Amino acid sequence: MAQIIIKNLRKDFGDFTAVQASSFIIEHGEFFMLLGPSGCGKTTTLRMIAGLELPTSGEIYIDGEEVSQKRASERDIAFVFQMFALYPHMNVQQNISYPLKCQKMPRAKIKARVAEVAKILGIEGLLKKPVGGLSGGDRQRVALGRAIVRNPKAFLMDEPLGALDAEFREHMSEELRALHDSMDATTVYVTHDQLEAMQMGDKIVVMNHGTVEQFGVPQQIYDWPATLFVADFIGSPSMNLLRFNGSISEGDSTVSLGEQDFAIPTQLEAASGDLVFGVRPEHVSFNENSAYRGTVTATEYLGTTQIITISTPSGVLKARVPAAQLVTVDEELGLDFDSSTITLFNESTGTALLSEANKGVLDHG
Amino acid sequence: MAEISLHNVSMSYGDHVALDDVTMTVPDGSFVVLLGPTGAGKTTTLRLISGLDKPDSGQIMIDGQDAARQTPAQRNMAMVFQQYSLYPHLSVRQNLAFPLKSPMLRTPEDEIERKVSEVAEILQISHKLDNKATELSGGEMQRVSIGRALVRSPQLYLMDEPLSSLDAKLRSDLRIELKRIQASLGATVLYVTHDQVEAMTMATHVGVLDHGKLVQFGSPREIYEDPVSIYAASRLGSPKINILPAEIFPGAPDKATSIGLRPEHIRFGEGVKVDVMRVEHLGDQTRIHLNIAGSRLITLTDAHTSLSKGDSIAISPQDPLYFDANGIRI
Repeated sequence: MAQIIIKNLRKDFGDFTAVQASSFIIEHGEFFMLLGPSGCGKTTTLRMIAGLELPTSGEIYIDGEEVSQKRASERDIAFVFQMFALYPHMNVQQNISYPLKCQKMPRAKIKARVAEVAKILGIEGLLKKPVGGLSGGDRQRVALGRAIVRNPKAFLMDEPLGALDAEFREHMSEELRALHDSMDATTVYVTHDQLEAMQMGDKIVVMNHGTVEQFGVPQQIYDWPATLFVADFIGSPSMNLLRFNGSISEGDSTVSLGEQDFAIPTQLEAASGDLVFGVRPEHVSFNENSAYRGTVTATEYLGTTQIITISTPSGVLKARVPAAQLVTVDEELGLDFDSSTITLFNESTGTALLSEANKGVLDHG
Repeated sequence: MAEISLHNVSMSYGDHVALDDVTMTVPDGSFVVLLGPTGAGKTTTLRLISGLDKPDSGQIMIDGQDAARQTPAQRNMAMVFQQYSLYPHLSVRQNLAFPLKSPMLRTPEDEIERKVSEVAEILQISHKLDNKATELSGGEMQRVSIGRALVRSPQLYLMDEPLSSLDAKLRSDLRIELKRIQASLGATVLYVTHDQVEAMTMATHVGVLDHGKLVQFGSPREIYEDPVSIYAASRLGSPKINILPAEIFPGAPDKATSIGLRPEHIRFGEGVKVDVMRVEHLGDQTRIHLNIAGSRLITLTDAHTSLSKGDSIAISPQDPLYFDANGIRI
């Protein structure tokens, strides 16, 4: 399997720039997520890696070889689409063997290889069946089988689970991840679902408007978002972004919101004007002594935890607290935050201010 | 608003039993969510209450009166569907006013005007009143379709998966909004969904349907903490409750064949040895897949856990639920 390096990749469609200047590295054996809202350029990026689109500029290396202007067939990768199309007139076995037949592999070898793939996917019993009568999950497995049967350098998947319902999707995502692990494959996977990205990915690239917002390990991106966009896009409910006007000097370790001072990680970057105080819902707690107060507008029971929506002077805030904690609508509460988790942002640039806490994640560029 | 009750209601379509002897009360001012997979009988219940279909047997009472002879219009209920169909050639204002212009209601013009602006205010679409319905985003269209139900003052709101075609963020906003509107109007709502988060967060009462039978009816907390069966326990909670053979852990009662453990009800430290198969960092917490004597188990732990694949740990159950061979709670 392969290492894939993306360097300053750009794609224009006429006047429209779909991808601006993407750079990231997909290591051998990684399950790599391209994450972002629709129109962010993630699918275009994937299609350029596959060779289905040629980049306007920039380079793509697969295992050290520059392939950006090569044809898809010369790149030895397999593509799995959201709307996977099986050949309807062929049975399961014929569908899976088709790519090998095209490569003119000897028949006995094809048979052995298909049997092996069917075993991995648990569809040995279906090989002789027509694809017409298969369930959604089995169709998906056949589509995957057709991709893995060639033993390509990398798998590229464009929202392969997008069309499935929630419960089944959960099941298939586990299966897909287990499949990846068992084959020691490199997989590049496009999704707009942040939870799916967190759950399945070894690394994530978060894209927006054709640019890479952040690239890294899921938990680090969640803990230390590089931009306001990432802070808002990752996590459900997303990070609370409290707008305030103020100024921060290098070395500061407190910030005031309204009447209340809050401890924050030591800041390494000065900024002033419109700033944003970012705190995740699970790092909000209630403290009667706090002068920073809000009114509860909704409570949502979720079993062990509940989400509390609170209206504050800096906007609406959500807190995740234990379900056993008694909170009622219209109640006024003092708010406190877990100081070690706070990120400040500069509203005008949309980027996080560097601090002792996030420099390890953000400093690498 | 009104109290609606069903007494021994059954309904079949040919050989298929859609509802089987259902007895249930939707109290005045409550938000009742019917939960179950496709084919459980949720939509059939809505259709019977609205009067679109007649039950084979049993009684439907609206405020203590038998509704059997009432037409759908006389029952005065408002329905919101998953597929919001607005009149594309009309403005938002005209769409909202449409139900009030029914010849049956004969609402005066100034009353219509007042109602429409009041509802637009509640749904925060006042600034879009003069837009054409087709110029709205998906979320705005769904709000207009909810608004069209709200302008009337029906006895009951019937909602059939109204949020399921919206994206996650909008869904979570509208969940809160719907709940707020229901509470502030004191409206009675009967809501159908297969989304357990909607059921947990909005309902005052949840009715769990299984192949046409109402198997449990109670508050979300009752059903989450005190389910009557494996089926009911599996309806709420994500990740799902783990169901394992009872003998895996010591201390199971005699008749128990299965033990049910919510992912958060697993203690680390001592007990049965298990292997960590997979660790998923979800940000606010970590999901851990365990292998326990050949069975799979999912548990949740701290976001920054140091556990990783291949580790071996010991676990014990906390607040276990036991079930017999038929899946009924012991």
